[in-house]
Amino acid sequence: MSRHESRLLVESGPFLRRELTTPGLMNEVTLALAPVILAAVWFFGIGALLIVIASVAGAVGTEWLFAPSRPRGASLRDGSAVLTGILLALTLPPAVPLWMAFVGGAVGVGLGKTVFGGLGQNLFNPALVGRAFLQAAFPTAMTTWSEPTGAGGLLSIRASNLALPLMSGTVDAVSTATPLGAMKFEHAETPISLLLRGDTAGSLGETSAIIIIVCGLVLALRGTFDWRIPLAMLLSVAVLAAVPWWIKPEAFPSPWFMLTSGGLLFGAVYMATDPVTSPTAPLGAWVFGLGIGLIVVLIRLWGGLAEGVMYAILLMNSAAPLIEQATQPRGFGRGRWAG
Amino acid sequence: MTQARSAKSFSHGVHPAEHKQASSALPVERMPFVSLYTLPLSMHLGAPSRPVVQAGDQVRRGQVLAEPSGFVSTTLHSPATGRVVSMDLARHPNGQYVPCMMIEADPFDTQQFEPAEPIDWRALPIDGFIEHVQRAGLVGMGGAAFPTHVKYKLPEGKRCQRLVINGCECEPFLTCDHRLMLERPAAVVRGAEIVASKLGADSATIGVELNKSDAIAAVRHELPADGPIAVQPLKVKYPQGAEKMLIKAMFGVEVPAGKLPLDVDIVVNNVSTMAAITDYFERGQPLVERIVTVAGPGVDRPANLVVPIGTPVREVLQYCKINHEARQVVMGGPMMGMPLASLDVPVLKGTSGLLAFTEAALNHPNEYACIQCGRCLEACGNLLNPSRLARLARAELYDELHQEHVLDCMECGACTFACPSGVPVVHLIRAAKATIRKRGSKDA
Repeated sequence: MSRHESRLLVESGPFLRRELTTPGLMNEVTLALAPVILAAVWFFGIGALLIVIASVAGAVGTEWLFAPSRPRGASLRDGSAVLTGILLALTLPPAVPLWMAFVGGAVGVGLGKTVFGGLGQNLFNPALVGRAFLQAAFPTAMTTWSEPTGAGGLLSIRASNLALPLMSGTVDAVSTATPLGAMKFEHAETPISLLLRGDTAGSLGETSAIIIIVCGLVLALRGTFDWRIPLAMLLSVAVLAAVPWWIKPEAFPSPWFMLTSGGLLFGAVYMATDPVTSPTAPLGAWVFGLGIGLIVVLIRLWGGLAEGVMYAILLMNSAAPLIEQATQPRGFGRGRWAG
Repeated sequence: MTQARSAKSFSHGVHPAEHKQASSALPVERMPFVSLYTLPLSMHLGAPSRPVVQAGDQVRRGQVLAEPSGFVSTTLHSPATGRVVSMDLARHPNGQYVPCMMIEADPFDTQQFEPAEPIDWRALPIDGFIEHVQRAGLVGMGGAAFPTHVKYKLPEGKRCQRLVINGCECEPFLTCDHRLMLERPAAVVRGAEIVASKLGADSATIGVELNKSDAIAAVRHELPADGPIAVQPLKVKYPQGAEKMLIKAMFGVEVPAGKLPLDVDIVVNNVSTMAAITDYFERGQPLVERIVTVAGPGVDRPANLVVPIGTPVREVLQYCKINHEARQVVMGGPMMGMPLASLDVPVLKGTSGLLAFTEAALNHPNEYACIQCGRCLEACGNLLNPSRLARLARAELYDELHQEHVLDCMECGACTFACPSGVPVVHLIRAAKATIRKRGSKDA
């Protein structure tokens, strides 16, 4: 029996672990984005895939270069950089130059994550930091929307996609209004059937409401993310949008239009649920989601922008530590509230 | 179905795979006597026992070897008839060298108990009863090994309204309590009856998780009609066997932080302790043996064994055919158990299991950054924020940890189990708690 002795392993318990791992979680979300990417390719052509690849390349390259992990690139194993790249790409317009997508991915991971100390330390959703940067730096390219090409244009790549860095000031695509833009500036409500199917102009990932809802349900049922956040967010948008619409239907969009248009569903399912930048406690998750919904409705109905999901999530990201502090678990045997 | 609906539980917690099927159907068998027993003078919480025999003395099975050295201390009995060989430092399962008594068993003795008259517990005053329990050497057999009689000493003005008998056995792999309830339900019920009667409790409730429905039925069958004893089925969840979680599950009552069950008029005992009470008062048998579940992929012949206290772990594992794949041996359950650095340590009064794990069964998770997903919060039955405590522990911010109630942590390990990033949460908390306690005693 002495052979057992020399190799008895002493380590700290527990000796059983749940099989779920952080890369596993990241990969689940990434996998749940595959249908959204396919839909983007279907609606906007193969160019959409190139945008995704460019953005992921920017994100992964930056993670490899700058992430504070030893050895270099070790943090790539957690799968978060790839996810950030894909998420960012899906918030971009179909005609965006590839180099901008690359820069967005790099900025998202660089300024959104590694400067804070890497995964788990960042205050803001890295993909949205990348998008906010692009929006500020290249406002024209980021607001030039194009109609879906449909199956006929599956192999099409937009000329502007291939634009050289910093060489062309404008994006040579025929610009069209997104459903939210049409609502804001012309008060034209796009039919819900189109929004559900996704046959509308918009960012790569904000097309088909049905696909996002199904993927979101699967992720929620699998317990990949905290279902309270998207639910709270959608509920608050629905309720807050219903009130003005009920009072003055001719001046305000309907709640179902609010729910299915723009980046709301995509943001609710894939962005707001980022565990790092949202509160951990259940009560905090409710507050966080409700807050995002409130800001979205304020921006969309009374703000200068047609869409406000990105800013709503970023603003609530900045409030998350405060919410977290106020919603700590109370401690067993310590009364109703934390003592 | 109706049982499942009426089953109760506490909030939060985790659901590890049960791993009980390998041993839950195996009837309890007796481990043969070995030649040498090692008995630490302190295998319970509290002051070590004081030896009353000397090296060279002949001792009988069940004879007192060491007496309590205070109230929070207990009696130690010889697990076998034989001779006291020596008193020396020997390895405790926790890795330290502690004073131990070595007993060499007489190979020609039958090792039978001398029949003793039952003790008339009804006639005993409460203090006499407590003295008897201390004399029986009883400790909490669920793992903590807190001297049982201390729990029965109710402080002035306190009353034990409810007696709770813990039959949860929520640790995976362990089946010793399950088999006990199945094979000796009457002993469990009898013990509960004795204790409830002596403490003047209004009721005694035996909490059993639903994965042991046969045990629930067996114990129910033994319940006296319209007596004060009942069985409460509980949902399967870890750590339901932690006494505060169990009280919450059964009665919805939270024991205040830093307080004991007695502060809500409850006394909690393990089912094994109840059977030991019965053995002592009805047969005069003190605590000299216990049931140990030996399981895990590192043993070829898992078993529920009656093992004399003090038997070397090596002998028990050999008896259960430890295989060459075994790489890690854990005393207790896989969640809160203690990894052994040596097999030359004895089975203690609180040893509920010996688990041998193989390389394949071992789980060395890669560690990733904490993504603040909140899974540890949802696991923590103590309603703490383990991820925050772990972060503070890494930063060695002990005052903050203290403010965040780190000392409330019962170290059940549910947080570490649940963590997808493989952060050793409970390990960090355990180390921080030890440091805080050390600093506290220095300040005092």
